[in-house]
Amino acid sequence: MNFRLLNWFKYASPGTFYPLLDKMIPLFWILTAIFAGLGLWVSFFVAPTDAVQGDGYRIIFIHVPASWMSMFIYIVMACWAGLGLIFNTRLSGMMAQALAPTGALMAFLSLWTGAFWGKPMWGTWWIWDARLTSELILFFLYLGFIALQASIDDPRRADKAGAILALVGVVNIPIIYFSVTWWNTLHQGASVSVNTAPSMAHTMLWGMLLMALCFWMYSIAVALMRVRVIILERESHTEWAKSRVGVAI
Amino acid sequence: MNWHSCAEFFAMGGYGFYVWSSFGMAVVLLSIEPILIKGRYANIRNQLKREAQADQFERDGL
Amino acid sequence: MNPLFGMIRRDLLLVMRRKSETLTALFFFIVVMSLFPLGIGADPVLLRKIAPGAIWVAALLSSMLGLQRMFAADHTDGTLEQMVLSPTPLYLLISGKIISHWIVSGLPLVLLAPLMAIQFDVDVGALKIVVLALLLGTPILSLIGAIGAALTLGVRGGGVLLSLLVLPLYIPVLIFGSGAVYAYSSGLDVSGHFSLLGALLIMSGIFSPLATTAAIRVAIE
Repeated sequence: MNFRLLNWFKYASPGTFYPLLDKMIPLFWILTAIFAGLGLWVSFFVAPTDAVQGDGYRIIFIHVPASWMSMFIYIVMACWAGLGLIFNTRLSGMMAQALAPTGALMAFLSLWTGAFWGKPMWGTWWIWDARLTSELILFFLYLGFIALQASIDDPRRADKAGAILALVGVVNIPIIYFSVTWWNTLHQGASVSVNTAPSMAHTMLWGMLLMALCFWMYSIAVALMRVRVIILERESHTEWAKSRVGVAI
Repeated sequence: MNWHSCAEFFAMGGYGFYVWSSFGMAVVLLSIEPILIKGRYANIRNQLKREAQADQFERDGL
Repeated sequence: MNPLFGMIRRDLLLVMRRKSETLTALFFFIVVMSLFPLGIGADPVLLRKIAPGAIWVAALLSSMLGLQRMFAADHTDGTLEQMVLSPTPLYLLISGKIISHWIVSGLPLVLLAPLMAIQFDVDVGALKIVVLALLLGTPILSLIGAIGAALTLGVRGGGVLLSLLVLPLYIPVLIFGSGAVYAYSSGLDVSGHFSLLGALLIMSGIFSPLATTAAIRVAIE
């Protein structure tokens, strides 16, 4: 019997994964630019003026993608961290470490744009309702993860400790997502769902989805750039790292 | 076409301050991040280059 | 079950020999509560309104003060390592430590809270809700705090980092705990808040010792 099994762990070594990055990163930047061009065009020039909110609603094209990404990145980060704990692979921990700052940025952007949308439309910069509070908690969780990894000197211990923290905090994500249905609060309910038709104009929906794709490609590009740096920093004692960037041996 | 003039575009129907503060912050953050990473990348590459040169000196002598 | 009770007995014995540490956390609770009327002004109506929230915030902060003590002493003199290496399941030993931490830090707060609430002129019905909510909530604080304490064992800047890690996880407990009292004062149904507190207690009761054990193993390696 002669069958070839897929080697799932082929690219688990930082050394074998690193060359892939040089091709992947430009690809994702190109995708980011494409979706940004399309998304911004739809956001400003195709989507019509809203009957109730005028042109102020266009903040949605930044706010919703940033919020979606802040939750999605946390889940992905927790998955990589969990994989690192289970399989004891270094690269998984590096991936989680690379995703955290981008996730924190998305959470901050979500809170910022939410405040700037809330002030003209609902009269307040901030309110302590379920969704905003849990998004704020998410931001703090990202900061805690980054702070914990920064304060532990041994990188392997930092990976594992961060992984435990990330996994404990992942319970916050469903709370954010379902908070608008569980509690009747100021934040508006879900307009986009998997099961039912969206309750907003088609062009607005397209703008939102295109911008979401743009943010997604951006997050991947930036996370891969950061993991490239992290790999070099943590593997700086290896021959392949020095030969790749230094004088040929 | 939604906008009949450049001024209309920037005014955003009266909500210009809020809309452009949001988009502006997004542009600022999403450009600063890759720039900072590039800086870190250049640093680590320089460091590795120096280490490789040091190794080479050790091997070949002056 | 024996290792669990053995661990609790050991920790309580150690605390009894060094009462000062635990009493300082208790006095911290009392002092923080006294700061509120001094800072906000002694208007009784206002104080009665903020009392549940103030009690919860003070309980949270003084519970956090005692978290470092959970593992630090055993870590420095090597006892923690012996616990990890011993054939007894670490899960049981850690659960014992968390329970004894609650007995020392959380339970006194539950017993003191009525006194503090009287200082703020809270009525008897609301007082009962405060005590019940604290009774459910303070174990959750010890459980969640244990994870943070284990993660930051021996780390530089441990105390402040511990607060940063643990406070976001404490926030739901604070919201439901003080929310229960405010709901009662407004005449609304409190069962929802208590159900959620109970759910948090059960979830953290099962998963927190697991996470803490994993974190201790990571820290000891």
